[in-house]
Amino acid sequence: MAFSFFGGIHPKENKFYAEEQPVQLFPEPDTLVIPMVQHIGAPCKPLVTRGEYVTMGQKIGDHEGLCVPVHASVSGTVKAVEMRPHASGTTVMSVVIESDHQDTLCPEIQPRTQEEVDALSTEQLMEVIREAGIAGMGGAAFPTHVKLASGIGKVDTIIINLSECEPYITSDDRLAREFAPEILSGIGILMRILGLKEAHIGMEDNKPAAAEILRRHITPESGIKLDILPCKYPQGAEKQLIQAITGRQVPSGGLPAAVGCAVFNGATCKAVHDAVYNGMPLIRRIVTVSGDIVMEPKNLMVPIGTSFQSLLEACGFREHPYKVLCGGPMMGLAQYDLAVSVIKGCNAMTVLGRRNRFALEHTHCIRCGKCMDACPMHLMPLMMYRAERSGNVEDMKRENVMDCIECGCCAYSCPAGIALVQSFRTAKQRIRNAQSPVRTAQKPAGETK
Amino acid sequence: MAHMKYFYELTVSSSPHAHSPVTTRTVMRDVLLALLPALLGAGYFFGPRAVMVTLVSAAGCVFFEWAYRKLMKLDSTVWDLSAVVTGVLLAFVCPPTIPYWIVLLGDLFAIVLVKQLFGGIGQNFVNPALAGRAFMFSWAVHMSTWVEVGFRNGLHIFTTPDIVTAATPLAAMHQGMMPQASLWELFLGNIGGSIGETSALLLLIGFAYLLIRKVISPRIPLAFMGTVAILTFLFPRGNDRLVWMAAQLFSGGLVLGAVFMATDYVTSPVTKLGQTIFGIGCGVLTVVIRYFGGYNEGVSYAILIMNCCVMLLDRVGRPVKFGAPKKEGAR
Repeated sequence: MAFSFFGGIHPKENKFYAEEQPVQLFPEPDTLVIPMVQHIGAPCKPLVTRGEYVTMGQKIGDHEGLCVPVHASVSGTVKAVEMRPHASGTTVMSVVIESDHQDTLCPEIQPRTQEEVDALSTEQLMEVIREAGIAGMGGAAFPTHVKLASGIGKVDTIIINLSECEPYITSDDRLAREFAPEILSGIGILMRILGLKEAHIGMEDNKPAAAEILRRHITPESGIKLDILPCKYPQGAEKQLIQAITGRQVPSGGLPAAVGCAVFNGATCKAVHDAVYNGMPLIRRIVTVSGDIVMEPKNLMVPIGTSFQSLLEACGFREHPYKVLCGGPMMGLAQYDLAVSVIKGCNAMTVLGRRNRFALEHTHCIRCGKCMDACPMHLMPLMMYRAERSGNVEDMKRENVMDCIECGCCAYSCPAGIALVQSFRTAKQRIRNAQSPVRTAQKPAGETK
Repeated sequence: MAHMKYFYELTVSSSPHAHSPVTTRTVMRDVLLALLPALLGAGYFFGPRAVMVTLVSAAGCVFFEWAYRKLMKLDSTVWDLSAVVTGVLLAFVCPPTIPYWIVLLGDLFAIVLVKQLFGGIGQNFVNPALAGRAFMFSWAVHMSTWVEVGFRNGLHIFTTPDIVTAATPLAAMHQGMMPQASLWELFLGNIGGSIGETSALLLLIGFAYLLIRKVISPRIPLAFMGTVAILTFLFPRGNDRLVWMAAQLFSGGLVLGAVFMATDYVTSPVTKLGQTIFGIGCGVLTVVIRYFGGYNEGVSYAILIMNCCVMLLDRVGRPVKFGAPKKEGAR
């Protein structure tokens, strides 16, 4: 635990906006848009058609392979199955449900007693987790059952990510304060599946209240350890968290399982508990609505499929929103349309005002090296940027562009205000294009340098 | 059926959406603040003419930067304050008696030829102020006319003074003699020399400020001054090694060069090892030039020569990327 990671930055935390706001149940909107893409992997195929009546918790989308199903988060009538804007910036197939505000529960949802849970085999547990539609709720949304299945036998350390290093976001903080028993129970199930006796919770030291509550609930025989980590962004990045807690470095291009680690978000643990004990699929999640111009910052328990617009209306804003982000200011996705809905990996909606305008004009790189000092992956962002500008794909590869985790530390600290992360995203795409022969034919003329 | 659309003119851009308050302008502003004690010291030691030369030089640099960008129809970059820094540093390495027209020619050379023709800020490969100084040595007599301290009242702001050359401590040491001034006077800056270089004390105050503000790392200045200290201690020319070493450290442009010139971001290496080698190289070249060169000061040429090695030094000491295989290491 005494480890740390290289680099990192200390942006203004701005957690004070929402951290003392208890989780409120968000009043169900009249219409919900539930996208079929809420995880990494194959998109779901809609299982319902227009006009059909659905119950709360009913499965409305599924597919084979690397995929988790999607459920109706309310009961009501399917108004449309069509392409709708998605928080990723594209449009995806979505099921539009008009709520009847009855919350009629799907008859298949049945709670399990402790004995029934104890009787479940590892395979059955993983099936329950898959059927509940659980994907990593920290943002990346990797299907949890796949992570578990590939980790059995390889993983010796399980890490629960409650570090929440992004500014403004307090959803994990509130989760730990208000749902500590559920989180710990979920961790117990994950440990049972992976056959481990020990788990580590990684939490930044800026959440003393949450840490105190967790400490009170953790029993010595559970084997769960609470590791309080110094506050530094990106503490919650998977590879950095593993290094901070175990001292191990995930090899370049490898997965955490390569060093015997599996990392789960705290909210995922609660979802696992809900699925196994209550039979409840993942249809709600805590979303922090915060930002410097939000009138009443809140932590809301939101049905999946709620539009950003209704969240913004519920919290109000003081001035014209300049940017609306799905996530926090460091890695969040800027939205162009507030019709997009809350998905499983969306832990916050951050609304920023015009005073956050920066870097509209930038100077040349002045080679100050601040990006190198900040990079938690020990890369040389200034050289990567130069390679991207030159357009030479071999140079980009040699500068290890593919190792970039897009945490934004370099762009945050760049005095010249260069959009480094954007440049590296472009570079990654160019490298991928160059590697796939089909797309090479389409590459722009300027790239032949 | 079209769903309800809400339109707030939202801005979409790549993450991150937050930025540290440090910008190129605040960095340059901090450098200027760090130079302020030395400028005030110059006003005290050499009189108002020293301050006037500095102001003229800064204004000249800003003018040439503005005019060049205007003529070439490029965006103005004067507000990043880098031209002001160049102007102040250029004045700091000139004697207080320098005619203004030479200062302006140096500004022109530094800003237009060294900086803008290579693409402006961040693109030049040698330090503009030092290159400007090297160019100004075309008027060697004016560049090496030194005044005695105490002569300050005789320097007129608007005319070029007509005075006799006095020996600086460095010139004395070049002959293998100990300077007449005491070590304490050397440290305070109560000696002859260029406008901004004489007071080690005031420059070190600026150094401390830059370190506190995390504008520079101490690596290059310490490697530079440390190397000079070790070499002069090992090969003294005076009677007392320690006194000789201290006299070498506090005289000439060593502190000014090590703290403000060698640490110029644009023209120094970015890797830690590269910076250390850069500093050591500057130190070795300075001592070699001071001991064996025809001219008694070596700091500026040492830095200019090392500036040219930066591309090579950037290749050493590259950080080992996270999760790299143990054997691979730095490339």
